[in-house]
Amino acid sequence: MADQSFALPEEVQSLGRDGAAATIADEDVAIEASDLQLFYGQAQALHDINLRIPRRKVTAFIGPSGCGKSTLLRCFNRMNDLVDICKIQGDIRLEGRDIYAPGVDVADIRREVGMVFQKPNPFPKSIYENVAYGLRIQGIKKRSVLDEAVEWALKGAALWDEVKDRLDDSAFGLSGGQQQRLVIARCIAVEPKVVLLDEPASALDPISTLKIEELINQLKERYTIVIVTHNMQQAARVSDHTAFLYMGKMIEFGDTREIFTNPTQKMTEDYITGRYG
Amino acid sequence: MTQRRKTGWFASGDPWIWLTASAVAAAIVMVVGLLTLIAYRGMGHFWPHTVVQFEYSIDGAKSVLAGEVRDSDLIPAARARDAGLPVAEDAEPVTRLLIKAGNRDVTREDFVWIAEPFIANQSIPENMVVFERREWGNLYGFIDLQSGQSHEQAWQAVEQAIERSNELHERIEALQKGEIGGINYQLERLRLRQRALELDGEDTPQALAELEQERQALNAAYNEAEQRLTAMYEQFGDESVAVTTAPGVKLDQSVRHIVRAYRPNAMSLPQKLGHYVAKFWEFISDDPREANTEGGVFPAIFGTVLMVLLMSVLVAPLGVIAALYLREYAKQGILTRTISIAVNNLAGVPSIVYGVFGLGFFVYTLGGSIDALFYPEALPSPTFGTGGLMWASVTLALLTLPVVIVSTEEGLTRIPRAIREGSLALGATQAETLWRTVIPMASPAIMTGVILAVARAAGEVAPLMLVGVVKLAPSLPLDLNYPFFHPDRKFMHLGFHIYDVGFQSPNVEAARPLVYATALLLVAVIVLLNLVAIRVRNRLREKYRALEN
Repeated sequence: MADQSFALPEEVQSLGRDGAAATIADEDVAIEASDLQLFYGQAQALHDINLRIPRRKVTAFIGPSGCGKSTLLRCFNRMNDLVDICKIQGDIRLEGRDIYAPGVDVADIRREVGMVFQKPNPFPKSIYENVAYGLRIQGIKKRSVLDEAVEWALKGAALWDEVKDRLDDSAFGLSGGQQQRLVIARCIAVEPKVVLLDEPASALDPISTLKIEELINQLKERYTIVIVTHNMQQAARVSDHTAFLYMGKMIEFGDTREIFTNPTQKMTEDYITGRYG
Repeated sequence: MTQRRKTGWFASGDPWIWLTASAVAAAIVMVVGLLTLIAYRGMGHFWPHTVVQFEYSIDGAKSVLAGEVRDSDLIPAARARDAGLPVAEDAEPVTRLLIKAGNRDVTREDFVWIAEPFIANQSIPENMVVFERREWGNLYGFIDLQSGQSHEQAWQAVEQAIERSNELHERIEALQKGEIGGINYQLERLRLRQRALELDGEDTPQALAELEQERQALNAAYNEAEQRLTAMYEQFGDESVAVTTAPGVKLDQSVRHIVRAYRPNAMSLPQKLGHYVAKFWEFISDDPREANTEGGVFPAIFGTVLMVLLMSVLVAPLGVIAALYLREYAKQGILTRTISIAVNNLAGVPSIVYGVFGLGFFVYTLGGSIDALFYPEALPSPTFGTGGLMWASVTLALLTLPVVIVSTEEGLTRIPRAIREGSLALGATQAETLWRTVIPMASPAIMTGVILAVARAAGEVAPLMLVGVVKLAPSLPLDLNYPFFHPDRKFMHLGFHIYDVGFQSPNVEAARPLVYATALLLVAVIVLLNLVAIRVRNRLREKYRALEN
């Protein structure tokens, strides 16, 4: 298994414009989207997305603003349900399970697919309570269990050393970068299978960005990570696979190195070399 | 070509600054002026005013008059002549003084206007005593001296007699309101229980005998208390003070009818201050006397505060829940928008309309049904089928509901989307998100709504007159008789008290300062209630300070 997963990038092939899907061994697929269409009212925002996201790898979505990459990301934890006029066709499977099937508990899906947003959004609570939030939702009340989970999550988000002496202080007292790592800690505290990162570093300074990127590298040992980013260097630095979206269509999906050095599509090349977007 | 810039004062924009600033200044002047006026007029009432003795002569007819100068104004000579004063046709306007001369039982009029030009002489007699009485208002006069007695000795004897009598009064009142009131209340409950048994057809001889036994025990207790009461009344004896009024009328004032006596002209400043504090305390802690024109307003303060608290307790959850549904659950569309607009407009409905609705629906329909279902034994006298504290609170809760809904809705809209998404993304359901994150964050806005509701409800009088306010409530809605809280009782309210004292009282002139004092008190109560709510809100704000980045 280990060998196979190391060998994965070599197996990935881009299939080009129509139904760009990477060939990834079935047992390594964490999320699979097939023939995904998404409409906001009359307007179609995503067209025929076919995508297999590998487990415990970092997959990056790149593309110009409004290309639908955040929309696609939000399909994976059904965040689009919050938009009344949003309609979805096709299916998305998380570990083989159709998350849009009737009778699926949305809260359950979201526990398994954590999400970190563009702007740090800590709750107006203490640092401790922020991290413990997801666990308390699950009905865990025992202090020792919570203590342990909070410490573990904060360590996992590389924040523990900075906040261990002020866990009861308000989360708003932290810097932007710390807040974002706190939000990541909050997300991993509930031990999701997948972590979705929606431009997690776009509101941060370069040093905080670097820390987040280091953190992403550590996190992929435990979690499947999908990251949306505007920053192509970032995508190149942190991701194993990259998908390029344009106008709601997936133009190309493949091994990050391949995409950045040898894209099969002209559009991808233009975008990466900065000719538009 | 260069553009010519307009110059001058108008173009500089200064007029706008002046205009806007003057609007603020006008607002401040009005508010401060209002408060100063009612404070000055109201708070002066408790000060022991100097009693002046006037010798007054009109065309040689002399009279003597003593009293407190309450007011003065200028009237044209013609009007003075109409009033029967010998004033020349082309004379200057005449200054006249309003004297509170008291002694209503002697002279029938306790307020007298006198014209300044006809005052022959005026003095401030040091031994003038003011007696505050339980009936007939104040008595102004001199204590008649026994042989060989100095003024000081006579005064002390009177003071001691009054002190004894007041002590006795207190004990009598405690007995009447406490013990005897309690027994009466229990007897009434017993009667209702018996009636209930009869109505249910369960009035077996055995049950009736049990009730009879209880009744006899209560009656025995009542008779015993009654005897003690009679004994206490006997202790008053017929002690009296011989008084001569300024014009020379002699009368015996029985001590048991005197509340307090003081010599304003002989008092030092600290004594006056002490008197002032005592009078003010009486005002806020005592029951009213003499058709509300004397004594205190405690029942009205109590009723106002209790009604507002009850209203807040009712309106806050209802308003918040309604706003939550409108904003969080309901599909946003034409229907919800229409409802929102309708709710907004409800805030503009005149309050008396709510009063009419409260009377028609709450009191007669709901209250009537409650009586028929739960209190048939008391019928035909209504329990909830008549105005009372509960219906007043419910009516005002309805009146202030829009305010709470609107501000809660605003608070909910202001919560960043990111916070909700953050919570949902952690696997919280919408209800959990609302409960754990959204409502706490919206709580300052909810408190703002409650503050506005309190401010509006506490000052509202018109609807209350239809649904439960009375000029004199025999007992408070909260007392020591089981079940302690009586929401069916009628209650007193400061706002209505102002209206009643000022415009419905038999002695308008005497009551006027009380109107101001009560108004000031009402403002103070509302401010206090608001301050408490604002404090709570600021704490919540501090706690849930929203994201600033």
